[in-house]
Order: sequence, then C-alpha cells, then structure tokens
Amino acid sequence: MTQLPGLLDAEALRKDFPILDRQVHDGKKLVYLDNAATSQTPRQVIDVLDEYYEQHNANVHRGVHVLAEEATALYEGARDKVAEFINAPSRNEVIFTKNASESLNLVANMLGWADEPYRVDSETEIVITEMEHHSNIVPWQLLAQRTGAKLKWFGLTDDGRLDLSNIDQVITEKTKIVSFVLVSNILGTQNPVEAIVRRAQEVGALVCVDASQAAPHMPLDVQALQADFVAFTGHKMCGPTGIGVLWGRQELLEDLPPFLGGGEMIETVSMHSSTYAPAPHKFEAGTPPIAQAVGLGAAIDYLNSIGMDKIFAHEHALTEYAVKRLLEVPDLRIIGPTTAEERGAAISFTLGDIHPHDVGQVLDEQGIAVRVGHHCARPVCLRYGIPATTRASFYLYSTPTEIDALVDGLEHVRNFFG
Amino acid sequence: MYQEVILDHYKNPHGRGLRDGDAEVHHVNPTCGDEITLRVKYDGATIEDVSYEGQGCSISQASASVLNELLVGKDLSDARKIQETFLELMQSKGKLEPDDAMEEILEDAVAFAGVSKYPARVKCALLSWMAWKDATAQALGEADAERKTTA
Repeated sequence: MTQLPGLLDAEALRKDFPILDRQVHDGKKLVYLDNAATSQTPRQVIDVLDEYYEQHNANVHRGVHVLAEEATALYEGARDKVAEFINAPSRNEVIFTKNASESLNLVANMLGWADEPYRVDSETEIVITEMEHHSNIVPWQLLAQRTGAKLKWFGLTDDGRLDLSNIDQVITEKTKIVSFVLVSNILGTQNPVEAIVRRAQEVGALVCVDASQAAPHMPLDVQALQADFVAFTGHKMCGPTGIGVLWGRQELLEDLPPFLGGGEMIETVSMHSSTYAPAPHKFEAGTPPIAQAVGLGAAIDYLNSIGMDKIFAHEHALTEYAVKRLLEVPDLRIIGPTTAEERGAAISFTLGDIHPHDVGQVLDEQGIAVRVGHHCARPVCLRYGIPATTRASFYLYSTPTEIDALVDGLEHVRNFFG
Repeated sequence: MYQEVILDHYKNPHGRGLRDGDAEVHHVNPTCGDEITLRVKYDGATIEDVSYEGQGCSISQASASVLNELLVGKDLSDARKIQETFLELMQSKGKLEPDDAMEEILEDAVAFAGVSKYPARVKCALLSWMAWKDATAQALGEADAERKTTA
C-alpha cells in the first residue's frame, strides 16, 4: 500500500464504519468517494442514536418527567459540544437547524425582516461569489428580489480561485452582507477569509461563512474567522442527516428578529402579541431534531478522538496524491486548483468528451461511488464552459488504495467509451 | 446497461442536427444537465422529420438517435404507440422482460430495457421522447402542450 506522510491509520478507522464493508454489484468492494455529498456514519454515532431512542426519547424543554429531562440534557449537551468544537465564545450562539441550507436561509430572513442598522433594502447590496453552492445563492436572490437590494458577486479565476482583484468595487459602503463559502464543494478551493473579512469590516458589512465543506475536514474556529455567522451541516461530518448549525455572534442574535414562529421560541404569548425567548431558542421554533442533534454531538466526540488537525493532514496528503495520480490520466482536466495548496479534499474533473453521468455509471459498475452533475453549483459549470463534472471526495477513512482504484476505474471508462 | 446498440447510436447518431420543422422545443434534465433542442415536421399525419441537437450523457444522446430512426416516416398513431410502449418499458424498474411483440414495436429501443433499473438514468432515456411528445402537441396545435422541462 502507498505510504504517504501525514496519513491516519485509515484501515483501523474503517472498522468503525460498518457500511464500508459493503459489497455492491455482485461482490465488488465499495469504494466510497462521495464524501462531499455525505459522509458515512461510525458505529459510535449509530450506537448513540440507538441508545437515545431506546432509553431517553422525549420532547425537550417541556416535561418534568425523567425522560424529558434526560432528552433535554442530551440535546443541550450536544449544543455544548458544538460550541466547543467551533470555539464559540458562548453556547447560546449555537442554533440548531435541519441543515446548512436552512442556516443560510435563516440568516437571509433575519436580515430581510431586521430594523436598522441591519436591514437589507433597495438602497443596499448583498455580496456572494460565483463558486457558491445553490444554498448560498438562492436565499440571497430571494432576499434581493423581495427587498430590491442589489446582488453582486466575486468572479473566478481560470485556476479555480476567487478573483478578488476588484474587491473594493464589489464590497462597498452599500454592502450589508457578504456571504461566501470557506471551501468550495465543487472546486475544492479554500478561500482567503481574512482578505474578505477585512474589507467587509471596513465598510461595516456583516460576514456569513458557509463552512459545510470545512467543518468536517479541518479545525474550525469561529473567533479566528472573525465572521458574524457560520453555517454547516451534520451529515457531512459523521453525524446523521436532519441536523445543521448556524453560529451567530451573540449581540446580533439578540438584535435580529426571529424567522420561524412557534413553540419553544417564545417567552409569553397572548392573542395580540408575543415576546420571544433569548437566543438560541428564539430561532428554534417547534420540536427540534433532537436525536439528530445528539447524534451530531456523538460525531463531534468521534472526530475529536481522532483530532481535526490530524484529519486535515490525512486529507491533505490524500489530495496531493490524488491530484498527481488523476493528472496522469489522459484527457483528464481538473476543474479547480491543480495543487493541494489552499484546497479541500473534493476534486472535480472532466474526462475528454465523456459525459460525467457515463463516467459515474461505469465507475459505479466497478463499485466506485462518485458524484456527477453540477453539484448544486451550476454557475461554476457555466463559468468553465462544461455541462457537469465528475467529483471524487475523500474523508478520514479514505485510502491511497481507493485513489488507485479510481484511477484504474477511469482508465476502464476511457477504454469503454473510446 | 450499456448495450452495444446504445454505444453504437451514441458514437454514430442518426439524424442529428437541426432542420426545418413545424415546432421546436427545448427540454432539460435538471438532475444531470442533459439538454435537447428538438424539431418535428409533419406531412399531414406522417412524421416527415425529427431533427435535434443536444448535449448530455450517452443514454440521452443514443435515445434521441433511436427515436429519430424509429419515428421518421411513421404515422402519428404508430409513433404514439411506440412512444407509449417505450415509456412503459422505461417505467418498469427493470421488472419488464420485453416479449416478441414489444421487440417488434421498439426495435433498437429495446436495448434501453436495462436502463429502467436505474431510476437516475430513466429521465436521460426519456428526455428526447418527452421532447418529441411536446413538440408534436405544439405542431398539431394541441392545447395540452407538455411543460417545457421534463419533470
């Protein structure tokens, strides 16, 4: 097996993930390279979910019985774990949502209904980038359409980086919010947060960071980022689906209005008006995804037991190896940075004229799971003049052997359609 | 699923290119970005031509080629029968074994039977057929024209 400096003992870690033992298509070993779409779930998280439903299931913050108290303690305990994981100054800054999309929509709607000085209206501007996932484009388009605000964005360079050469023209005194992705799900690019934050702070704009592809893969420190909001999702970081996080600075969460109304988010209610609970509950109307939050807490325990810096080093080594091996495949073009520097472990590529859906299907027949299509980032495909890409993405349990299998699989694809 | 017939049609498509038509439609498959622009030309109830341009996976492109080969020159009623039979096959989730009667109707299109096992790819195979149905409705002035995008 290929030895690379920085690799984890992935063979040992793989034993924690029952699904990685699966065989598909009549005995082919599963090679799971679709981790940017969703990660697999370790036994440690599955067990916690089972135990929650078998021993503690109840609604939170309501009952006075044993189960309700246990469920509440577990749910709020998960909030503590998230807060520590992202180095939040306060646990009250951690809002549970159902996914990163909901987190980003929540920010857009807070600002849409806010009073001055936060209000987004026809005199103001919203800034995003051309490499955003649709979940960080569409909520802002909706907000712009509804308020009359102007939506602006940073373009991309030919090598898959943000073009910040016109940063002073894009982010101006009119800018109310700058929302951008920390690590692109399609290009793999890791963006220069500091330069963008500095300019946003100069003009007094808020900063929202989509960390969906960062939180699972590298140490995340919301204080170091100096952002105002950070969004991510649980199922890409060994947690269950149905649980996301929005972190926001406490004073903002105190000032900004709620979006969804309902149980849990109130202080008092009369038929004429209501007052609201303090954050984070102000933003968590209705019964939250309790088991899923508890599962996310278990996923964070699991990731911490390995160490986020070690996971990052492992994926960095894999990415370096994968870029080198992929570029050996004739007609293969990487869409995004072609080195492992300032880059995450999702690599998109095209293979000659062979359509990505055909690439993905023939790889699947060999047991290799990749993602094909526009990866919910269609403007990136338009920017680079391609209909779609094939994307391989790695995680803590990925191995160089799997990258070799991918490269062999791509040779087979070329021969098949050649 | 990649039958030799499908690969042949993909590599050497029949009737590709846009020519004169009575109606033109543009359909996309949002899940994978397959696109087709398709025109139909009728001579009374006879299909004089189905011309198309598109981009996409081998399944979507081969399917358009097979459609052209099967439908051009046919009467509308026969063409509808072929289209409905193909739709039935593609919606069979791999559970329908084409019999002789079906093979006689579908000819090369029978090769797509294997695609019906893959829900994500059925839309690719149906893209041009839905476009043809829509274009035909428009050409013949039928009020119930299909939506532009195949759902």
